[in-house]
Amino acid sequence: MAVKVVRRCELTLWEKLYVPLILGGLKITSAHFFRNLFLHSAHRLGLLKHLRASVTFQYPEESRPLAARFRSRHRLTVREDGTPRCVGCMLCETVCPAKCITIVAGEHPDPNVEKYPVRFDIDLGVCVYCGYCVEVCPEDAIRMDTGILDVSAYSRDEMKLDIHELMNPALRKPVGDCSLTFPHQCRLADGQMKGGW
Amino acid sequence: MPILTIDGRQIDAPQGSTVIQAAERLGVFIPRYCYHPGLSIAGNCRICLVEVEKNPKLQIACNAPVTDGMVVHTKSANAEDGRRAVLEFLLANHPLDCPVCDQSGECDLQNFYMNFGLYDPRFREQKVKKKKAVAIGPHVMLDQERCILCSRCVRFTDEISKTGEFGIFNRGDRAELALYPGQRLDNPYSGNVVDICPVGALTDRDFRFKARVWYLSSAPTVCNRCAQGCNVDVHYVLDRPHLNEGARVLRLKPRYNADVNQWWMCDEGRYGFRWIDEGRLTKVRNRGVDSTWEQAVAAIAAELARLQQHKTGSRLAVIASSQLTNEELFLIREIFQGVLGAHVTASVPTPPGYEEDDFLIKADKTPNTLGATLLGLSGPGAPDATAIIDEALQGRIEALWVFGHDLATLIGEEKLQELSRTLRLLVFSGTNETSTASRSHWVLPTAAYVERDGTFVNCHGRIQRIGLAFPPVPDSREDWSLLLEIARQLDHPLAWRTPQEIFQGLAETVAPFAGLSYQTIGSQGALLGSTSIGFPPQEADRCDSQRGERERAVTGGGANGDPWGPRIKQ
Ligand code: SF4
Ligand code: SF4
Ligand code: SF4
Ligand code: SF4
Ligand code: FES
Repeated sequence: MAVKVVRRCELTLWEKLYVPLILGGLKITSAHFFRNLFLHSAHRLGLLKHLRASVTFQYPEESRPLAARFRSRHRLTVREDGTPRCVGCMLCETVCPAKCITIVAGEHPDPNVEKYPVRFDIDLGVCVYCGYCVEVCPEDAIRMDTGILDVSAYSRDEMKLDIHELMNPALRKPVGDCSLTFPHQCRLADGQMKGGW
Repeated sequence: MPILTIDGRQIDAPQGSTVIQAAERLGVFIPRYCYHPGLSIAGNCRICLVEVEKNPKLQIACNAPVTDGMVVHTKSANAEDGRRAVLEFLLANHPLDCPVCDQSGECDLQNFYMNFGLYDPRFREQKVKKKKAVAIGPHVMLDQERCILCSRCVRFTDEISKTGEFGIFNRGDRAELALYPGQRLDNPYSGNVVDICPVGALTDRDFRFKARVWYLSSAPTVCNRCAQGCNVDVHYVLDRPHLNEGARVLRLKPRYNADVNQWWMCDEGRYGFRWIDEGRLTKVRNRGVDSTWEQAVAAIAAELARLQQHKTGSRLAVIASSQLTNEELFLIREIFQGVLGAHVTASVPTPPGYEEDDFLIKADKTPNTLGATLLGLSGPGAPDATAIIDEALQGRIEALWVFGHDLATLIGEEKLQELSRTLRLLVFSGTNETSTASRSHWVLPTAAYVERDGTFVNCHGRIQRIGLAFPPVPDSREDWSLLLEIARQLDHPLAWRTPQEIFQGLAETVAPFAGLSYQTIGSQGALLGSTSIGFPPQEADRCDSQRGERERAVTGGGANGDPWGPRIKQ
């Protein structure tokens, strides 16, 4: 049996003295402390605003810049007439490892489009943000580029996005009026949150 | 017989057969679009090109008769180049609608491109536009752009349904498949053109967009809509309840059986499956109030035992059904006739208005009439359901058990109401909500035929296994297990625990079934021996007489393998 000898790392005399290293650490901490104390005070007085104080982002007032490839909340892209680009091919539903996409397809009035999603729900409480749905889509109909990170809700049900919210990321539940046009009229006036359109 | 060599292997092929058939028997797959073993040879798609030695040009395998000493290469560079070129031509004008095309996943353009194509497309011109999504009949949707003009559908309507609706019109790249002017594709076998169309040009309006084909699980069974007993596969989805409002069965497809339906089935059978998921009974009920199986079985068995003790067994009657399997009918016979001495019949008049044709469709709309006859529950000697009901109305019968039939269609609502009032006990066991169910004292929800195992005997004396596709809807149970439970409660426990064991008991008791088992029946069924009832094979089988005219290649599942064995995807 091969034996691997791991040599214990011996401390030098300087390190063994203990106090100098402790003081070194305190120096770094205090430098940040006094710099932030000074800059925050200055910012209060309206001075030196171009110098950032602490590295902390003051979320939610301030959000971190996102990388271009960052995967955030989904959206369904739309055609020029406001109808979804999605043709209900169910490839995203098929590929989704979390099985959180549910699509019901229907007959589109235009035979050249042929198929459209009557229902398209994503359960964000289950989604693992893998982005496979975006990769697989042959129509560039689903993207994860809304930059929305704060998906939170008081119930599991509210974590489910329906097609209205997906096509219009600005909409949040409860959906009131819906600006979608034919053939996707939104009939949500009766207080119903999920409706056929 | 000519001996030829295909890909280095020798085969002794029957005189007059073709290279594609010989290759198939060797297990060598040659791609094909226009060739279909059930139709005449057209030889127009050219995808089946093979190289034949000493022949300057590639040959189409589907129309090359075998000759002695022939040497065929299906995988040579030449043959593969030819096939690739043909595929490129076929796809030149193809719209590539795969995302919205229902065929996708079972499309031979997709499959053959992946297996034999994989070229870089060179067609940069504008594709020809044709008509899309045209409903050409009650069941079929046509997309002319996707059609590759293989003419299978044309030959089907010419040769099999003999209705001749389809034609190919115009020339060159404007050639298109269409109906003759003024026609609709509305014949009793129209759904078959969807099966044989190798691409998504003809799709099923009923199945359209309900699911993707790769979501479907499949299980072999037998159609229960008429006495022909066509072999079918039931395609179902259990794990995506949002599709099709939770219905499990999404479509039926014919399954090849040389002796019953070949590749075909009728539209009535194909689309008559909604009842499996709609309007199902899911609760045991006692006079309209929800109850439990324990209470129901105990109460019914107690009542039956009481009738038996009072030596008034003849005051008990059972209207069984030819929708029940042989196993279940056998149990009914053993328990109700044997133990309780009841009047038992499975002979219920079919409502008039059904017509028979000279192909598959039979006027008898139940799948197991012959089985019931062989068990003595139907046909000569068996009482008739209407006679039993008359007896009951006159008060000579106290308890009646109805299996699945809606008596309202037989005697009308009023008489049914009267019957329910007169009887001490009216039990209905069945799958769906009917007037009889709502008027019965006890309602017992039972499994549909795809939810239980068993056998049917078709009108030509062929016994076929229906298999179990998926479990029954919640709180319903198989008729055979219900009957075994009743027997237990009556203190006549039977030794069998599964349909297979019941069938063994049946084969030992009832002569025509002697020597048979689920193994010998297999997936293709078995012809019962000649019997006292008698159905000489030369009688009846009109579809058999037609069958000889057609070339057939055996493609069905092996009879020895168990197609109903455990499946991975449930
Ligand atoms: S990101 Fe992944 S888990 Fe989420 S919906 Fe898309 S495929 Fe499913
Ligand atoms: S993959 Fe794209 S087009 Fe297909 S269903 Fe999903 S979002 Fe729609
Ligand atoms: S016929 Fe086949 S290749 Fe053509 S669009 Fe349909 S699935 Fe795609
Ligand atoms: S519709 Fe289908 S079966 Fe008919 S010719 Fe076209 S591709 Fe062939
Ligand atoms: S299959 Fe041989 S030419 Fe079409």
